[in-house]
Amino acid sequence: MTDPARLSPRARHTALAPALLAIGVFLVLPLLLVPVASFMEANPWGGVRPAFSVDAYIQVLFEEDFTGELVFNDAYPRIVLRSILLAAVTTLLCLLAGFPVAYVIAMQPKARQGILLLLVTVPFWTNLLIRTYSWIMILRDEGLINNSLEAVGIIDTPLRLLYTNGAIAIGLVYTFLPFMVLPIYAAIERIDRSLIEAAHDLYANRRAMLRRVVLPLAKPGIAAGAVLVFVPALGSFVAPALLGGGKHLMIGSLVQAQFGASRNWPFGAAISLILLAAVLAVLLWQARRQSRGEGLQL
Amino acid sequence: MRNLLRMAGMAAPIALAASAASAEGVLNFANWAEYTSPELIEKFEKETGIKVVLDTYDSSETLLAKLQAGGADYDVVVPGNNFVAGMISEGLIQNVDVRSLPGFANLEGRWQSPPWDPTNEYSIPWLWGTTGFTVDTSTYGGDIHTYEVLFNPPPELQGEIGMFNSADEVVKMVHAYLGNDLCTEDPAHFQAAFDVLKAQKQHVKMYQSEGLRERMLSGEVKAHSNWNGSSLKLRAQDAKFAYAYPKEGVLTWMDVMVVPSGAKNKDNALKFLAFMLQPENVAIQSNFARYSNAVAGSDAYMAAELKTAPEIVAPSDRTFIFVPACSEKSIKLQDQVWTRLLK
Repeated sequence: MTDPARLSPRARHTALAPALLAIGVFLVLPLLLVPVASFMEANPWGGVRPAFSVDAYIQVLFEEDFTGELVFNDAYPRIVLRSILLAAVTTLLCLLAGFPVAYVIAMQPKARQGILLLLVTVPFWTNLLIRTYSWIMILRDEGLINNSLEAVGIIDTPLRLLYTNGAIAIGLVYTFLPFMVLPIYAAIERIDRSLIEAAHDLYANRRAMLRRVVLPLAKPGIAAGAVLVFVPALGSFVAPALLGGGKHLMIGSLVQAQFGASRNWPFGAAISLILLAAVLAVLLWQARRQSRGEGLQL
Repeated sequence: MRNLLRMAGMAAPIALAASAASAEGVLNFANWAEYTSPELIEKFEKETGIKVVLDTYDSSETLLAKLQAGGADYDVVVPGNNFVAGMISEGLIQNVDVRSLPGFANLEGRWQSPPWDPTNEYSIPWLWGTTGFTVDTSTYGGDIHTYEVLFNPPPELQGEIGMFNSADEVVKMVHAYLGNDLCTEDPAHFQAAFDVLKAQKQHVKMYQSEGLRERMLSGEVKAHSNWNGSSLKLRAQDAKFAYAYPKEGVLTWMDVMVVPSGAKNKDNALKFLAFMLQPENVAIQSNFARYSNAVAGSDAYMAAELKTAPEIVAPSDRTFIFVPACSEKSIKLQDQVWTRLLK
């Protein structure tokens, strides 16, 4: 391993300054407004009133019943858990689908790798809304799959594909797959080929070689891919709304509603913070695994 | 969100090259997406020499947020009638004394002094319509003019229903069904509304406002909550689609033109409002969007099929309920119903 170009501390600071400034002004400062807003009172026509209130946090777990009593309300915890579960399933499916792809690409001659990687990014050339909408055309009762199956006589009545959890998962996996493939590819591509040869020399079959050499060395890539997929999937709301039929709320649509029709900014801010905390927890967990030596740098 | 096209339209504001050099200046106009007749804008520009710069939004809430954020620089915007009170109380729109506009007397009597602007100071009607539902009559041939068909559907429609994904529109529809005040603050009314929606949910295929016409046309659902103009567009493509005017009461809305506080081109804004009070002009807009307007005499310029369309010409014995602006408490309870329904 060669050391990355050594910079003097001063040059390093200068190089980092623009990025730090942008992050400070456009990310950290606005982000600080979120907790501030969450501790204020809602203004009936949107925005917040400058008065301290913890109503938003009480609302996460308790509601005034239709009879006026404060009771435990499982609605929001359920929505949060559902979102986490969906993001986890998406991450798992992306890993199962993405690892072989990344492996195969990494094993190709250099020239072909470039082309294959370019192909992986092709879906990003189209707007997310259009990509998701296309899945409706494919999955609906009169869609591509059902019509084809009916045409060849395999089914008589259309299969229920759209407006299911499966449809949401398909949409999310389709959207986020490249985020899994690319970091895993980068990790595998870096593996010293002589290690693989050594494994074969020591009578490892392909499976043992994959499990005991490639997989451990690809771990940092897998970890990075998992984070890159899990985090945005957690807050996604296009796929659940369009492909799931909106029959169950997700954390993303919940937040959006608070700043829209519900006009409850403090609550929207509180929910956002909870989302942020969930993401942070995942990242910290991952960072700790790394420091214990189970993974390497992202 | 009236439909997806409007959403897509947002991405590409038809900002007609704001060459502010024009002597008469510009009019910065913001309206719902896919809701402004290009022909209308062309005519206004030709007659006045004022350049119109059009921007779009997907809901009154979005517009409210834009105005609150400031810096949007609009001269005329078109919120729903139930947002006028809030925009006044937040100081977002200005008193422009619309009753003194030339042509104000052209407004039909029933639209002068409306409840949201009783002294005619802030708003001029754009278009109005109703919120009901559309039924595929080749699937269900019975009487559709009752909310029963939607909330307690006959076997043919069970599992074939699409609903808006908007707490505001759906819960208020249930209030109308049950005969309760649309802005009720009585928890018992919300419990009743929740029970209705909970029982209906097993028959609902999706809660989604965007793309509802595509869903009806492709046969994905056989009944869908809808607006009358949108239903008219459906029937134009297939005669089997009928619009229901529920006998329990028809939810009615009006989009109105208002002038934001601090509008830079207030004079041009007033010219535009006056322009829209002329029957031949507002008719162009009605023909485009397929909704009624509020100007007497515009019939003469309306497309023939609009004059007789059952979606536009409602049965005479119906009660129209204007959707008002509700209290914070009412909105909160409404929200609670929705979260419980979709938790």
